[in-house]
Amino acid sequence: MEFSYTIYIALIPFAVFVINGLFGSKIKESFTGYLGVAGMVVATYLSYFTAYHYFFKVGKAVDGAYQKVIGFNMEWLRFTESLHIDIGVLLDPISVMMLVVITTISLMVHIYSLGYMKGDKGYSRFFAFLSLFTFSMLGLVVATNIFQMYMFWELVGLSSYLLIAHYYQKPSAVAASKKAFIVTRFADLGFLIGILILSYLTGTFDFNILCNPEGPAFMQSSSAVFLGLSTMGWALILIFMGGAGKSAMFPFHIWLPDAMEGPTPVSALIHAATMVVAGVFLIARLFPIFAIVAPNALEVVAVIGGFSSIFAAVIACTQTDIKRILAFSTMSQIGYMMLALGVSGYGAEAGLGFMASMFHLFTHAMFKALLFLGAGAIIHAIHTNNLSEMGNLRKYMPIPHITFLIACLAISGIPPFAGFFSKDEILVAAYNHNQIYFWVEWIVAGLTAFYMFRLYFGIFWGKEKKYDHTPHDAPFSMTFPLIFLAIASAIVGFIPFSNFVTSDGLPFDIQMHWEIALPSIGIAIFGIIVAFVFYKKESDLPNRAVASFGSFYKYALNKFYFDELYLFVARKVIFKRFSSPIAWFDRHIIDATMDGVATITNYIALKIKGLQSGQLQQYASVFVSGVLLLIVIFIYLISV
Amino acid sequence: MIEGISIHHILTVTTIMFFIGAYGFLTRKNLITMLMSIELVLNAVNINFVAFNKYLYPENMQGHFFSMFIIGIAAAEAAVAIAIIINIYRNIHSIDVEDIEQMKY
Repeated sequence: MEFSYTIYIALIPFAVFVINGLFGSKIKESFTGYLGVAGMVVATYLSYFTAYHYFFKVGKAVDGAYQKVIGFNMEWLRFTESLHIDIGVLLDPISVMMLVVITTISLMVHIYSLGYMKGDKGYSRFFAFLSLFTFSMLGLVVATNIFQMYMFWELVGLSSYLLIAHYYQKPSAVAASKKAFIVTRFADLGFLIGILILSYLTGTFDFNILCNPEGPAFMQSSSAVFLGLSTMGWALILIFMGGAGKSAMFPFHIWLPDAMEGPTPVSALIHAATMVVAGVFLIARLFPIFAIVAPNALEVVAVIGGFSSIFAAVIACTQTDIKRILAFSTMSQIGYMMLALGVSGYGAEAGLGFMASMFHLFTHAMFKALLFLGAGAIIHAIHTNNLSEMGNLRKYMPIPHITFLIACLAISGIPPFAGFFSKDEILVAAYNHNQIYFWVEWIVAGLTAFYMFRLYFGIFWGKEKKYDHTPHDAPFSMTFPLIFLAIASAIVGFIPFSNFVTSDGLPFDIQMHWEIALPSIGIAIFGIIVAFVFYKKESDLPNRAVASFGSFYKYALNKFYFDELYLFVARKVIFKRFSSPIAWFDRHIIDATMDGVATITNYIALKIKGLQSGQLQQYASVFVSGVLLLIVIFIYLISV
Repeated sequence: MIEGISIHHILTVTTIMFFIGAYGFLTRKNLITMLMSIELVLNAVNINFVAFNKYLYPENMQGHFFSMFIIGIAAAEAAVAIAIIINIYRNIHSIDVEDIEQMKY
């Protein structure tokens, strides 16, 4: 089976981007939307076709492990005989899985946007950028080498920037887009340095060679140790820094809540389901190196992931903007995935955490996209993001209500919905590695259930608020993706994921661990009950709970003042202590030197410009006197 | 070889002619007069060529050829120069060399 057609999965959205981007203003507006959807339908079909053929027909080698298949390869930049950068398509279980996730979610978001963005001024621009994002993300996941990944990594950052700033007349949207871009760019600095160190040590960019256990990454004998970590360990931690920036892990999380300024379909596609899991995908892609060469670096991943998950979950309990609650929830769930990778070992059974992380990525994409699209339907109907201005909407919006409920159950880990299965595997992996991680994630599971149902009860139950007009149910183009994703959220948990995606390609079977599943279901139900008591009917219970937490609540409400801290560091320390002295030096020393040279030249030129008077006879007299002078010199002074 | 006239006499005359021409070129303000001064310089050189040919190498003819050549070139040059002068006059209504200063700084 030839896989060379897989290049078109990425190229079709790019073609759509070019058409919509160049001719968007000339062709009929609604056509741009339909073109985007049509392109995504083809890309989705191709990626499903690829997945079917890869997993069921030809992916397995003789020993039963899934092989890495190069579907397409092209040499792009050649530096030396061995060091060259290629552009290509690498198919292995995780990239095929990501192809399915990205195209599915992107298709749903495209369809949803037909309804959601209707009448928007930037309609064709929006669809063009949506296609650009899809292209970049697909290029990222199929990258054959780390440099191609880096390029597409920056492209997704760019398209995220463009889409957050869709409402560019709003200053807050512009600020949010700049923040997202700058924070992720800063983290990508680490990524780039990490790539350079890694390729210096191994002499290659290619994932196939890098991740081969007999390859140079595992043979390299650099024994240099810095602060207790090998060079390789530092390279991997720097690469993880890039991943943490893109995935909004602590301490680079500050851009994600603000990114909610973008249109809601964008939040669903980029800031929930696909781009923010790029960091997880990056670690998973380099997982053999992490697991075998630098377990310390992997431990860092686990700690950051675990801390981010509980940190974000606590903040999510206090927020009132429904999209921000979902943003913090995303951060918390990605923390889960990072932690699962961090606690995983390499190999079939030992790699349970790896498989669980990928599984959770898959299920999370479905239900989190659903949650965002549901939130979008609500915002579309009542034009506010604020939870306190909502209530009793289940009467008006039955389909968003049911689908939102399914998504909430899924993310809370209630069987038989998807989140239960993936979260259970993560908890098992954490339990096997270190019990502290397990208890942290157990608490996070309870918090997750609590804040999700706080959201659910707050929106759909409680007292009815005054609305500008009677909330209307969403049009079919918006309800169809909701229904599709709700079905997906309900059933994808039953996919025997460990048969397809494992750390070394060898399938294995997993058993249910009821001794771990039952406590996690228990705490989830406990969280739901607390939310039910607090928010089903309006009461003063939440206020009393807030009072009992005291200043801790205030800290959480203000996101533990991290934005202020960063602003303080940036303004008072970096700008004031470093940037302004450097700016002074630049202005008064370097610029002044250059200005001085120019001034002196100018002065001299003014003085001597009279020599060029335009008077022919002056020139001639100078010429004649010169000749006479030379004659005198040659005849009388130089005796030949 | 002309009886009673040595090469020194001829060279004295041509030197005087040359410097009269050079002086005229540097001091006259009228373009036509300057052109005439240039003709003086050229003719001084012509006489020199012929004289050297006649007195030093009477068997050769190169000096004569050079003179003929310079006379021809000088005629062409005078035609071009006068054409330029006429155009200058049309543009600035003056043929005073000091008025032609568009090429200064």
